[in-house]
Amino acid sequence: MLESVLKTIYVIWYRELIRFFREKSQWAGMIMQPTLYLTFVGTGIASAMTFRQAPGGTPVDYMTFIYPGIIGMSVLFTSMFSGISIIWDREFGFLKEILVAPVPRWAISVGKALGIGTIVSFQGTILLILSPFAGLSLTLWTALKVLPICALVGFAIGLLGISIAGRMESMQGFQLISNFLTMPMFFLSGAMFPLHSAPQWLQVLMVIDPLTYGVDALRNAIYAGIPEAQAILQHSIAYDLSIVGLFSIVTAATGVTAFNRQG
Amino acid sequence: MSIIIVDHLVKRYGDFEAVKGISFQVDKGEVFGFLGPNGAGKSTTIKILCTLLTMTSGKALLNGYDVNREPLKVRQSIGLVFQDYSLDDRLTAEENLYFHGMLYNVPRALLKERMEQVLAMVELTERRKDLVRNFSGGMKRRLEIARGLLHHPQVLFLDEPTIGLDPQTRSAIWEHVLRLRDELGITVFMTTHYMEEAEHCDRIAIIDHGEIVALDAPKALKEDIGGDMVTVTTTNNKQLAEEIRQRYGIPVVEDGTVLRMEVEDGASFVPRLAVDFAGMITSVSVHEPTLDDVFLKTTGRAIRDELLDEKERFRQRRLGRRRGR
Ligand SMILES: Nc1ncnc2c1ncn2[C@@H]1O[C@H](COP(=O)(O)OP(=O)(O)OP(=O)(O)O)[C@@H](O)[C@H]1O
Ligand SMILES: [Mg+2]
Repeated sequence: MLESVLKTIYVIWYRELIRFFREKSQWAGMIMQPTLYLTFVGTGIASAMTFRQAPGGTPVDYMTFIYPGIIGMSVLFTSMFSGISIIWDREFGFLKEILVAPVPRWAISVGKALGIGTIVSFQGTILLILSPFAGLSLTLWTALKVLPICALVGFAIGLLGISIAGRMESMQGFQLISNFLTMPMFFLSGAMFPLHSAPQWLQVLMVIDPLTYGVDALRNAIYAGIPEAQAILQHSIAYDLSIVGLFSIVTAATGVTAFNRQG
Repeated sequence: MSIIIVDHLVKRYGDFEAVKGISFQVDKGEVFGFLGPNGAGKSTTIKILCTLLTMTSGKALLNGYDVNREPLKVRQSIGLVFQDYSLDDRLTAEENLYFHGMLYNVPRALLKERMEQVLAMVELTERRKDLVRNFSGGMKRRLEIARGLLHHPQVLFLDEPTIGLDPQTRSAIWEHVLRLRDELGITVFMTTHYMEEAEHCDRIAIIDHGEIVALDAPKALKEDIGGDMVTVTTTNNKQLAEEIRQRYGIPVVEDGTVLRMEVEDGASFVPRLAVDFAGMITSVSVHEPTLDDVFLKTTGRAIRDELLDEKERFRQRRLGRRRGR
């Protein structure tokens, strides 16, 4: 039984990766989107608005502020929308092959989420390579901390996407609901602008947004040795990761039952 | 020994009863066929037996396991070729098989050997590294059949396995299936529209509107009809059908461009017919009953109409798929 479960998780993960790396457009999208954000938002808008200083009068520039946020954003979008492959699989019949196999269905969700986690940490790597454009010089040690954070956030949000996709029939339905979730998660996470000065109710939403902690964990990892950047951190990295971990347990609970009822 | 036992199986979709309390058993090593028009409930029954769909009421045992209560055991016992394609066409043939072998926990060393075996069986060895999306419909089908056999299931379900395939491929697939039955003793449960395929079955169940209307060996079903089948072409089918019915008191079926009727003794009937309707009959033929005739008699419809519909549907489905990409 254990062997069969491990093989299932492995092969689902493996297929997720093969399919991802074979699809050229996914690659392009994965690199283009954050690059655009870095160029236009990071340099363009910031200089146009002469908003070069990060909030609270801290001596970091805006690029420093948003760079981890952009990694967080990419991880969020990629992992949430990866759920769409389930809808494709249903449309093209392959899901039946998976559902009729003699394996527990939770293992299918776990394999897929691990695949998503792997893909987003790969995406994180590419973004780290772009860091000189953001005026940062990062060490290998930083990279080693950033990748597992990406993987964990991707795993948690990937399971959320799976929970939704597993229960949806149509592409449009999935897109609607996941947009409805990702957009607020992104804007309230403090990835692009700080919400210190936001009204009380917004700050409450920000506190319950799981991505807030993902982004904060990334900032913690990237700016660990930079004293002047400490002011933009909210919590300790351990605290951030515990919250993301808790969140992944919640999404796992809904994700692993995504296929339970169907045929 | 029965490897499949179905007892008063009912499936309702809302108010619509797709399967109306059918019961039957399939013996180990048997090739069992479901023959029936579109919407008869064939795929629905198969999906229930494969645990992909839950039944409304009734009971079904497969390989001794209750379909409702032990789905994992049931799934471990079966191989399945679905009516619609179910390959990942972004993977290669080999990758599709590997994926399947891993899901069915085929031991690693054995998996390699089995993959080679089944690929050779369906003559896809040379294409094993190609992406499935570049395969023809027939090649995809063959690969699906290979995949269904990879883990040596106890029961192989084939839902219209050869639809849209050319006759050569069809007979090649049949050869493989029958050989596997003989070599491994697997049980084959299939649905088909092709009469000559139904002839390969040890027993067939004719299913119509969710009910089994006949179940026996093909030979026995044909013998049940008893007499001979007479097929006539005439100058005016409508009028002649009515007149023949009245004069001899036998049922006459208009089937496309011909009239068909079942008579006790063809040799004495035909001369009488030729005299009584001289000048209106353009050709007559007498033959022993075929499964076509059995189907016609039990469902009141000709299977060939169904066949055409089906082919058309198959083509449209493929076109639709391509457009969807
Ligand atoms: N999900 C569903 N919801 C409602 N009705 C359904 C559903 N699936 C099947 N049906 C209906 O149940 C009936 C039996 O369908 P089924 O697919 O079992 O037929 P079939 O014998 O396999 O036909 P075909 O030869 O066309 O494949 C049909 O009338 C079909 O419309
Ligand atoms: Mg069907």
